[in-house]
Amino acid sequence: MSAVMNTPHASDAMRRRTRYFMLGAFLVAAIAFAVIAASGINQNLVYYWTPTDLHAAGDKAYGATIRLGGMVSPGSIRNHGGASGVEFDVHDAGGKVHVKSSGVPPQMFRENIGVVVEGTMVQGGYFKSNRLMVSHDNEYKAPEAGHPMSQEELKKLMKTTEGME
Amino acid sequence: MHETANNRYPVLPFILIGLGVLCLAFGSYFGLFVAPPERYMGEVQRIMYVHVPTAWNALLAITFAFVCAIVFLFNGNFKWDARLEAGIEVGVLLAFLLCVQGAIWAKPTWGVWWDWDPRLTTTAVLLFAFLGILALRKFVEDPVKRGIWSAVATIIAYVDVPIVYFSVRWWNSLHQLQSSPATVSSQFYIPLRVNAFGILFLMTGFIMLRARLASLRHVNEIAPPPMMAEEAGELA
Repeated sequence: MSAVMNTPHASDAMRRRTRYFMLGAFLVAAIAFAVIAASGINQNLVYYWTPTDLHAAGDKAYGATIRLGGMVSPGSIRNHGGASGVEFDVHDAGGKVHVKSSGVPPQMFRENIGVVVEGTMVQGGYFKSNRLMVSHDNEYKAPEAGHPMSQEELKKLMKTTEGME
Repeated sequence: MHETANNRYPVLPFILIGLGVLCLAFGSYFGLFVAPPERYMGEVQRIMYVHVPTAWNALLAITFAFVCAIVFLFNGNFKWDARLEAGIEVGVLLAFLLCVQGAIWAKPTWGVWWDWDPRLTTTAVLLFAFLGILALRKFVEDPVKRGIWSAVATIIAYVDVPIVYFSVRWWNSLHQLQSSPATVSSQFYIPLRVNAFGILFLMTGFIMLRARLASLRHVNEIAPPPMMAEEAGELA
């Protein structure tokens, strides 16, 4: 006899019992899903605050370690010559927050890209961060779709992945 | 034991594994050497050609285990318990690889290896939940209890799969939204799709072989081979 043909079957009594287990499992699963989905849609769980959220929170925003997420405002990036650290504004539709971040920003960091910074809002009116993360969108495009890239462009692109820790 | 078709060493899984390796070799060659680098990310974007197919197939393997759990609880046939074990084991392996590939991609693009973003957190929960079910199976000796408990646990843990999928829409996240053909250049389609089929074939072959092994163990557990039974009789 084959292995598959030989595999044991449960008795009828067990089968009746297991169907109740299945109902129970589905009930628990459905309730868990409903609770999590509802909390997700209600935004009870927050990964980062937007500049709008931060302004709306007023004094409550100060002091606590939070994440702030938004777009890097064009023309706002200031590097401290030589020293590590970067300053820039993060904005969304409803506001702007000045960020001072220590450390070297990731290679993808540029104007008009999404960032998530972790840190605290300090009394000077800016957001002090020691963790800067770039959040890119879901677009993956070939350079100049349809046109072959020049060697120079290719070299420049290759460079973006070099020298990283 | 008689030699029957089912008892012969399986050929189909090895054909699938071979096909999977071929697809991955072709898709990865295309992805590494033929497709252009991404306009902003450059060369590092090429990890997408394994990361995205791994994600699709990890969720598929876990979904297969979920279906096995339902069928097992419905008909009590241990063949489905064996398939569930295989599906979870391969799914856990793929979910682990997914997290590692994601970290490798995240460091040069996001600037960090990991962050507790909703997508990453729910994926980690998925990995550990199903790893937990595999651990549970090791602890329960009675095959009937093991089958029922792990099927129930699989149905409950499966709740996390739609949450992983919707996490990037429901919450603010560091991880980007799902891409679609509209957001990806057509030059990237071939390596993405060929590798997706490559991992699918590889995964199917692995699941078939692993389920066969689990079935053989079931037979052994419930009716030990004659030799062992005789020895046990002599000892008693």
